[in-house]
Amino acid sequence: MMEILANFFGAFLPEWMVTLLIILIKVVAIVLPLILLVAYATYAERKIIGFMQVRVGPNRVGFKGLLQPFADMFKLIFKEIVIPARSNRFLFLIAPLLAMGPAFAAWAVIPFSDGMVLADVNAGLLFLLALTSLGVYGVIIAGWASNSKYAQLSALRIGAQMVSYEIAMGFALVGVLMASGSLNLGDIVRAQSGSIFSWFVWPLFGLFLVYFISGVAETNRAPFDVAEGESEIVAGFHVEYSGMAFSIFFLAEYANMWLIAALTSLMFLGGWLSPFQGLTFLTDMPVLGRVFGDGIHWLLLKASFFMLLFFWFRATFPRYRYDQIMRLGWKILIPITLVWIFAEGLAIALGWKPWL
Amino acid sequence: MSFNWKHYFKTFSLKELMQGMGVTGKYFFERKITIQYPEEKTPISNRFRGHHALRRYPNGEERCIACKLCEAVCPALAITIDLEERPDGTRRTTRYDIDMFKCIYCGFCEEACPVDAIVETNIFEYHFENRGENIQTKDKLLAIGDKHEAEIAKMKAADAPYR
Repeated sequence: MMEILANFFGAFLPEWMVTLLIILIKVVAIVLPLILLVAYATYAERKIIGFMQVRVGPNRVGFKGLLQPFADMFKLIFKEIVIPARSNRFLFLIAPLLAMGPAFAAWAVIPFSDGMVLADVNAGLLFLLALTSLGVYGVIIAGWASNSKYAQLSALRIGAQMVSYEIAMGFALVGVLMASGSLNLGDIVRAQSGSIFSWFVWPLFGLFLVYFISGVAETNRAPFDVAEGESEIVAGFHVEYSGMAFSIFFLAEYANMWLIAALTSLMFLGGWLSPFQGLTFLTDMPVLGRVFGDGIHWLLLKASFFMLLFFWFRATFPRYRYDQIMRLGWKILIPITLVWIFAEGLAIALGWKPWL
Repeated sequence: MSFNWKHYFKTFSLKELMQGMGVTGKYFFERKITIQYPEEKTPISNRFRGHHALRRYPNGEERCIACKLCEAVCPALAITIDLEERPDGTRRTTRYDIDMFKCIYCGFCEEACPVDAIVETNIFEYHFENRGENIQTKDKLLAIGDKHEAEIAKMKAADAPYR
């Protein structure tokens, strides 16, 4: 596919332009479906939470409300972007982009299927850690530039919360990289191939839980959404934002959720690997073999499951108090990861089977 | 304080979180109770207190005798009444205004009325498009009464045994 395009453009363009064009096309091929996924994540969230609250959720726009995300989008596009009088105009406008940039850039190193990756970086895991940490800048700058007490409070809360949970998250990833022996996401997934029992969830179950919990905290979702805190600080860091500026924050939040969901499935649930791997009578079937075999659809399915968990948590759990969040992060999750990593290191050094 | 193994096991097995998610998960499949409003409507009580109306006698004479009891009882001071004496000696209103923004729909006016002239109907889907329309004048109230007389009479008759 890409070779055909390269040959087509190569006929009348210099080589560096062809490379650039191919990369741009790949970027668009990742970002557009991602935006669509984000749009339908909002729909799924409203529908799922509605169902759990014995309501029906959005059902007016299109069949069963399926066009609702587009209605929301058009509404937001046509709304005025209000800039508070005494805000820092430049930072106020650059903040949504700073929040969205890392959320989307991180997808460059995500392998969607074997070899289907924009940038096959060797230190992919480090790149991801760096980018997910950068996301907090957009939020803090937004909170500060709005010149609003609520936004400021929320920015402070987010800053502390994200920095704390980054540590637990990083330690959980250390466990993964010890088990796989690689920082490359593709290699991490390949290290889990064999059967459903060679996925990292089983030997690293504790780290898997810690990783997903801190992922929920990283994206500031319920029950860790003190940064939004409707009942206390209105909407948090984006109170002063309206129209497209607001929707970009929204986009970033949901893109981050998909990122956490995709990463959890890549690192613990074998990414694109099929759970039926090794069962040759299933994977060798003529047509259904494609469905049962490895492929991007398994990654999508696994990531969607974690998205469902995000919404399920939101429908179920009451919000943590701020000091409880900090206690959970520092005094529970980080010690668990440390103990687990130590045990894993010991097992690797002694050559025990469940870990390596 | 001793080390409570039970407590730690319960915490780290995420038992209570699972239980909570079980509850919401169960309700996910429950039958939804939403009323699809414009198409479906909930039943309305005969005592429903909606938009006001002034009623007439079957012979076409308006019931209101300008006794001003409703004006006096109105806790929100929403009713304004002016009156005149007709050549035949009867009292009738020249002005009967209800400010719908002040009205709290308590139904006291209806209770106070000795001739069942002012009533609250089951009309609740109304709106105002211009300033000043919130003042419902005598003509408007009478028009509503004329239009919905059959329904009003039915509702009041149904509720009468319980008063």
